[in-house]
Amino acid sequence: MTAVLRARGLGKRYRKHWALSDCTLDVPAGRVVGLVGPNGAGKTTLLNLASGQMAPTAGSIEVLGAQPAESPAQLARVGYVAQDTPTYSGLTVAEHLKLGARLNPSWDDALARDRIATLGLDPRRRAGRLSGGQRAQLALTVGIAKRPELLILDEPVAALDPLARREFMQALMEAAVEQRLSVVLSSHLVSDLERTCDYLIVLVDSRVQVAGDVDELLASHHRLTGPRRDPSRLPADQHVLTESHTDRQTSLIVRSDGPLHDPSWTVGRISLEDLVLAYMSRSGGAGARPALEALR
Amino acid sequence: MIWLTLRQFRVQAAIMGGALVALAALLALTGPGMADDYDRGIAACEAGGDCAVFTRQFFDDHQALYQTLVAALMCLPGAIGLFWGAPLITRELETGTHRLVWNQTITRTRWLVVKLGLVGLTATVSGALAGLMLSWWAGPLEKAGAEQFPRMTPLMFDSRGIVPLGYAMFGFVLGVTAGVLLRRTLTAMAVTLAVFVAVQLAVPAWIRPYYIPAKVTVTKMTSENIEGLMFTDRREVKVRLKQEPGIWELSSRTIDSSGRAVSSLPSSLATGACAPPTRAGNAANAKERCFSEITRLGYRQKLTFQPAGRFWPFQWIETGLFLVLSAALTAFCFYWTRRRVS
Amino acid sequence: MIEFHLDPQSGVSPYMQLVRQVRHALRLDMLREGDQLPTVKDVVAQLAINPNTVLKAYRELEHEGLVAARPGVGTFVTRTLADASLAALGPLRLDLRRWLAKARRAGLDEESIEALFLTTFRAEAEEEIA
Repeated sequence: MTAVLRARGLGKRYRKHWALSDCTLDVPAGRVVGLVGPNGAGKTTLLNLASGQMAPTAGSIEVLGAQPAESPAQLARVGYVAQDTPTYSGLTVAEHLKLGARLNPSWDDALARDRIATLGLDPRRRAGRLSGGQRAQLALTVGIAKRPELLILDEPVAALDPLARREFMQALMEAAVEQRLSVVLSSHLVSDLERTCDYLIVLVDSRVQVAGDVDELLASHHRLTGPRRDPSRLPADQHVLTESHTDRQTSLIVRSDGPLHDPSWTVGRISLEDLVLAYMSRSGGAGARPALEALR
Repeated sequence: MIWLTLRQFRVQAAIMGGALVALAALLALTGPGMADDYDRGIAACEAGGDCAVFTRQFFDDHQALYQTLVAALMCLPGAIGLFWGAPLITRELETGTHRLVWNQTITRTRWLVVKLGLVGLTATVSGALAGLMLSWWAGPLEKAGAEQFPRMTPLMFDSRGIVPLGYAMFGFVLGVTAGVLLRRTLTAMAVTLAVFVAVQLAVPAWIRPYYIPAKVTVTKMTSENIEGLMFTDRREVKVRLKQEPGIWELSSRTIDSSGRAVSSLPSSLATGACAPPTRAGNAANAKERCFSEITRLGYRQKLTFQPAGRFWPFQWIETGLFLVLSAALTAFCFYWTRRRVS
Repeated sequence: MIEFHLDPQSGVSPYMQLVRQVRHALRLDMLREGDQLPTVKDVVAQLAINPNTVLKAYRELEHEGLVAARPGVGTFVTRTLADASLAALGPLRLDLRRWLAKARRAGLDEESIEALFLTTFRAEAEEEIA
């Protein structure tokens, strides 16, 4: 399958600050990709680069095999629901659909009307008077009804209550099945993505920490607990993400591509949330690491 | 995209349309009557010989409305910049809707072309309409006020002919530019207002006088061309020259025999040759004596001005200047929106 | 028709939860041969989960020979587990009962029995993997 998103050494700088640096990715098509990381990690920057909202400072990015937003044809292939799901507050729901129909040759009006009817939205209502969840659904409808191949969503559910979140994700997943969409969505909460994503990108401090198929990631990361010892003596193919020690016990989260043979470790599964947290805390402690290594 | 632009713009367009219709109605109701009054008055006074009193009276009668309209017309381009230009892009950036619209199947360039084109065109046409309507209406007043307020002089020039078109377009693009640069509607509005006022002050003061090299005349002072001599409290003697009607006087100063400008004639004149006549019968003689003395001393009056006949060339040049400025700002807006805004 | 649900705290991956729920329903005779499973779209819309998860679960069930996909129509149950497994379970359950009685006589309480079972079960599973 072709890559839906391919980045090589991608970077974006605002004045002196790198919002995203040295990002290399190959995201396969047909996936629901979760982009997770703390606020300010560069998620929005990466998505804006992918949707062609901004141009990279360094490196290159290809979306569906072409430069983002290089032509109307490319714009038609990628849908984007921006952060806070913006809509024109002065325009009615029906006018948003009309906007979509006027601006997109590929617009599927029946689909859009169907969705609005299913949601129970009054077409004459102004978008400014909709609830947050309804506004998000409207933005999603506009994104879906243009019938893109890839739909990008930036923190779509961050501002929604749990019920609206669930309803939004249901609608999104349904559309993904119906239209065979590739989806990339970002969140600062893993729980939003745990059920829905089969591919994960963890972005911390403007860098990609890990990216890959969720099942493979879960299969290659383990929690090891055992008697206290120095983690630097682990085999070379085992990379320690986090370590914590008591006077008797050591527990580690490691990435290992091969099987774990050492019988003195108790090996446990970790959840997706543990995995993401491990990468986040590792990056957070990056400043302290060289000092620790010097002590060894 | 045209539909969307019109939909977003319909309130402002309706307000402008309403204002133009109201203006047209006002002018249509008052204009013909005023022109008739003027024609009848002129006919009557020409029979009597001197029309100076009538024209002054006529002008004074209509001055209040006239000045109000001139002021309104001068505010129009600023208002367009403030309320159309500044929010046009900035409002989208503030509410994030640019991300919605830029991700439809439409390039940013096309989006901007339609938005700037439609609204800019409306702004320009509105300015042109208002300017032409006022020019039509103010015809009689122009004639009546030719001496007091020639149409070449700054305030009159700005509200007449085709320049309002250029100002309107410039005001609009200025507002858009401030908006995309500052990304805050209110700040952009304030900056637009400040810059627009500054330009409106700077152009007549420092740029317009030089469109075509000014005419300079150096004349001997005689009782015919001098309107009056003023003796100030500080014993200075100032000269006021009779003007050709309709010119735009840039400077009028007295020069001495070596050609240097002087601020005052010698105060000795006030007590000597130009002393007020003691007996009424001598008034004419005293005047002649005074001016021949001034001429003998080598004093002449140097007048720098733009003649009345340059009104239309100046209108074209100034309109052109503002169109070029607008084009430059538009180009910048395109560059900035495509490269820097996201 | 079966309705799926997911337990995020179980630690079992979502696709495996779906597979187990189908097997469970087959064992309890809640699903019978010829019954249709919910479409991928329905499951996705109901649970807000990744469509690939559902596809993977259905493929797994297909691979086990429990269901078959009819293109354009849906996925249908082709075999039932109720009879065969219950019959097979009878002797095993008897053994287990005997063992439980033995454990109680040895003084083990419920938790200890459970812990013993789980540790043995896991050790066995790990040996198999290794």
